[in-house]
Amino acid sequence: MTRPVTASGNQGLQLEQALIFEQDTPGMTAVDLPAAPKITERLGALKNTQAIGLPGMSEPDVVRHYTRLSQKNYSIDSGFYPLGSCTMKHNPRLNEKMARLPGFADVHPFQPISTVQGALELIDTTAHWLKELTGMAAVAMSPAAGAHGELCGLMCIKAAHEANGQGHRKTVLVPESAHGTNPATAALCGYAVESIPANAEGRVDIDALKAHLRDDIAAVMITNPNTCGLFERDAILIAELIHAAGAYFYMDGANFNAIVGRLRLVDLGVDAMHINLHKTFSTPHGGGGPGAGPTVLSEKLAPFAPVPQVVKVGESYIAEEHAGFGAAKQSYGRMKGYHGQFGVFVRALSYMMAMGGDGLKQASGDAVLNANYIMARLSTEMTPAFEGPCMHECVFDDRFLKGTNITTLDIAKALIDEGVHPPTMYFPLVVHGALLMEPTETESKQTLDQFINSMLSLARKAKSGLADAEFKAAPQLAPRRRLDETKAARRPILRWTPPASSAAKQAAE
Amino acid sequence: MRYLPLSDANRRDMLSTIGVANVDELFRDLPKAALAKAQITLPNSASEMEVERALGAMAAKNLNCGQGPSFLGAGNYRHHTPASADYIIQRGEFLTAYTPYQPEIAQGTLQAIYEFQTQVALITGMEVANASMYDGATACAEAVAMACRVTKRTKAIVSGGVHPHYRDVTATTMKFLECEVELLAPDPMAVEDLLGRIAPDIACVVVQTPGFFGHLKDHTDLANACHAVGALLVVCVTEPVSLGLITPPGRMGADIVVGEGQSLAGPMSFGGPGVGLFATREKFIRQMPGRLAGETTDEDDRRGWVLTLSTREQHIRREKATSNICTNSGLIALAFSVHMTLLGEAGFTRLAQLNHAMAVTLADKIEKLPGVKLIPNAFFNEFAVQLPKAAEGVVEALAQKKILGGVPASRFYPTFPELKNVLLLSATETNTVGDIDTLVAALKEVLS
Amino acid sequence: MSQMRFTKEHEWIKIDGNVATVGITQFAQGQLGDIVFVEVPAAGKVLKAGGEAAVVESVKAASEVYSPASGTVNEGNAKLPDAPETVNSDPQGAGWFFKMTLSDLKELDGLMDEAAYEKYCAELH
Repeated sequence: MTRPVTASGNQGLQLEQALIFEQDTPGMTAVDLPAAPKITERLGALKNTQAIGLPGMSEPDVVRHYTRLSQKNYSIDSGFYPLGSCTMKHNPRLNEKMARLPGFADVHPFQPISTVQGALELIDTTAHWLKELTGMAAVAMSPAAGAHGELCGLMCIKAAHEANGQGHRKTVLVPESAHGTNPATAALCGYAVESIPANAEGRVDIDALKAHLRDDIAAVMITNPNTCGLFERDAILIAELIHAAGAYFYMDGANFNAIVGRLRLVDLGVDAMHINLHKTFSTPHGGGGPGAGPTVLSEKLAPFAPVPQVVKVGESYIAEEHAGFGAAKQSYGRMKGYHGQFGVFVRALSYMMAMGGDGLKQASGDAVLNANYIMARLSTEMTPAFEGPCMHECVFDDRFLKGTNITTLDIAKALIDEGVHPPTMYFPLVVHGALLMEPTETESKQTLDQFINSMLSLARKAKSGLADAEFKAAPQLAPRRRLDETKAARRPILRWTPPASSAAKQAAE
Repeated sequence: MRYLPLSDANRRDMLSTIGVANVDELFRDLPKAALAKAQITLPNSASEMEVERALGAMAAKNLNCGQGPSFLGAGNYRHHTPASADYIIQRGEFLTAYTPYQPEIAQGTLQAIYEFQTQVALITGMEVANASMYDGATACAEAVAMACRVTKRTKAIVSGGVHPHYRDVTATTMKFLECEVELLAPDPMAVEDLLGRIAPDIACVVVQTPGFFGHLKDHTDLANACHAVGALLVVCVTEPVSLGLITPPGRMGADIVVGEGQSLAGPMSFGGPGVGLFATREKFIRQMPGRLAGETTDEDDRRGWVLTLSTREQHIRREKATSNICTNSGLIALAFSVHMTLLGEAGFTRLAQLNHAMAVTLADKIEKLPGVKLIPNAFFNEFAVQLPKAAEGVVEALAQKKILGGVPASRFYPTFPELKNVLLLSATETNTVGDIDTLVAALKEVLS
Repeated sequence: MSQMRFTKEHEWIKIDGNVATVGITQFAQGQLGDIVFVEVPAAGKVLKAGGEAAVVESVKAASEVYSPASGTVNEGNAKLPDAPETVNSDPQGAGWFFKMTLSDLKELDGLMDEAAYEKYCAELH
């Protein structure tokens, strides 16, 4: 079957959509405003007299523009999204409804404290849930996302070392399998980074760790469960070794969804861990954010937590907004404007309250069950990188494709034609041609079976050698086929420019 | 539990396929010593109605800005969000999608980012903008770090007219990077001498327009002086609506423009999430932090978009990345972009004019009150005033009357006695002349 | 008479007396894939053997080019930044990165000749 060539370029429900800048009706606006009172301007010499270049559109056209754009996206609402290490679980609409209550949404960060007691209570209650789930002494609520939470943890660690006369500790150890944010964060915190290898079982090599633990090591950052989807069985020993060497144990909490409600970090000897509210606690990813990365801290690190901090005094709440004062006497300072990602806290608390302690424990159980089910069933045709059981995600390498012309990328792109979002590809780096699958607990067995059937069929097809052309051409049924990333990077076009000026620019070149 | 689709029968089937007797066996790698200690005491699951009741009660304890006249600014502004903007960002295809790592099935997000990048570049007067940062304050810190990379220098000067949170976040970030930041004293009268401080060892100077205390200043001379010694000028914008009416920083010679997009994106939401704007010159793109969407074509030669120049980022460059940022503020950037699209050039300009008109109306009336002195001569929709008594007490007294009458400067600078009587007042299109009269009358009473 | 030597990091160096040309090998360009960005050192830059000298990037990878020997840069290949694809099409010819004046010819003794390098690459598979 070949597709008809249409005059519009549209293909039925797949509608082409020009840029807003190409739909400009000069002078048009979709926002009507009341008349302004008469005044004498007080802009000094700064009044702008030049046009900005923004396009004008009507309200119906704007709504249609974004509706059509939205239809080019895959999303959790529309299908299975097993993107490993991203925890793409269902995003309840109750969360959205709660975040839009005027008492939360229409509140300014600098209102008198007496008028925002409910907002501070919300932050404190969210903090209480996070502390109870982790057993940790304190939680810094202001980090804006996972990587920002990592930075918060390392800043606390650096501040603690300096306060204890250990400022000479200038190196952070990070396993090879770590997410890229770990080494990037350590560098941003002024640390050198050394990488520690994994053992054949996909876990931290204890002997290598011991060999690296010198007296200039400030911290060790370990993701647990790790990026291979495995729990670090020796976590307690690892903590003891780190502490014996005078360093701190930073645990990357990206994979907290596997253990939430079952295991507390305090019982592993963790000193700091960020929690991605947009993963474990169901707040929407929104095409790339916003997230929130509250960071739980051990007793030793708690005094150095950033401002602002919510403090309960008797029956009311205050916000300690300045480092060096009150509860924030030893705080290392401020790392984010205002009071953190408040709207994300509302959504996360709405989810936690809905799930309850019992529901959260059931959720981590179902997440791990779903991942192991996928691993068991796919192992007949594919090659798991490590022996199970896995935690909330499972990773396959590309040995099953050996001797074929098909790569991990081809499998991923063929999955798009199957109507599934591809798993995380080529990560973790320690697994060759990795496909990292995280189903989450919010998928039914029926959905998993459908995915498994697609995956098994693709694996068989790849091995048959009979469908190479189809694989290389995939995806064929998506709004776009494979896009030329080399071209995009060699001659970057990062914004729209009017055709006339771009022609003039080319002429000038 | 309504969010969990597996039935007990499903679970039994799946366990038998895996070949284990129960779920606990799948958790056998967890240390037994730790499992035994796990005492977690939390309430059990709750219905929608129960959650709504509990959170509704918390929300009701706040005085929200719709319950009375409000004139709060200082980096967060109350604007009207068009109904269609909030509808669009709640479409599941935008709300529940991940970062667009598979471009063939994420063209909606990618095209929207590309349009956002173009809008931010246009309003700031810059050549390129990224896909967003967390917020204005962190964007400011990233700009200073970038200026240090570009110039290979380690010292920054931050004006006393920059938002105190931007100053604090920048100081914190640079302290850990072991770079030097000179925070000039808060400058309510806009009298600091920046030109006199420019030296050849400086990576950048950071200023804000409109300034934190409301002043409108032309920074062209400062940009020239920076460039003469090989330093960069970083300009912060905490109220992007101002760019509908005043000269954009790019035209003053700024090298990096950062800002907070909340005011155009959506609700204040107690200050977060916002969206950090980040724009610069094309020659600096490889030193830029954050994601970038770029135009390309697919195998059928149809135009499309991808994330590009990713080798700057942490997932490839690791410890040598330009930043550790991964998740940014995608959805808030979309909200910003949708609102900008709805406004268009005509609406954006008119919105800015209306904001200025409301602020001038407020200024005209308030400066007639005995003992009240308006500080900036030129301003946009916010200005500082000197009161005859401590601003904090005045604001508390107004709050008793359900009027949110500005932000006292002492909230940010408690150790500066000269700022004790300084109050920041902002007016936007959400205020009416009636609101202004109510505030002025109440203020007169409180001050007498 | 010039001679070619190779490093374990997949740079080649072509030596003519005390002057040399440096680039990345055919093997290296193949591993990187489509090259999208190259940064070459400026004339006058002093390089140490094994120190970072240039940058080469594909869409999904970034790597440093290390100087095979110590010396001073005479010239970076000015054509590369605008045509990074040359490194793919002609890595050991027009895709050279920089020319340098060597300060210690003895350093070259530790490098591989072509036969040794081919053997080294074969073992990497």
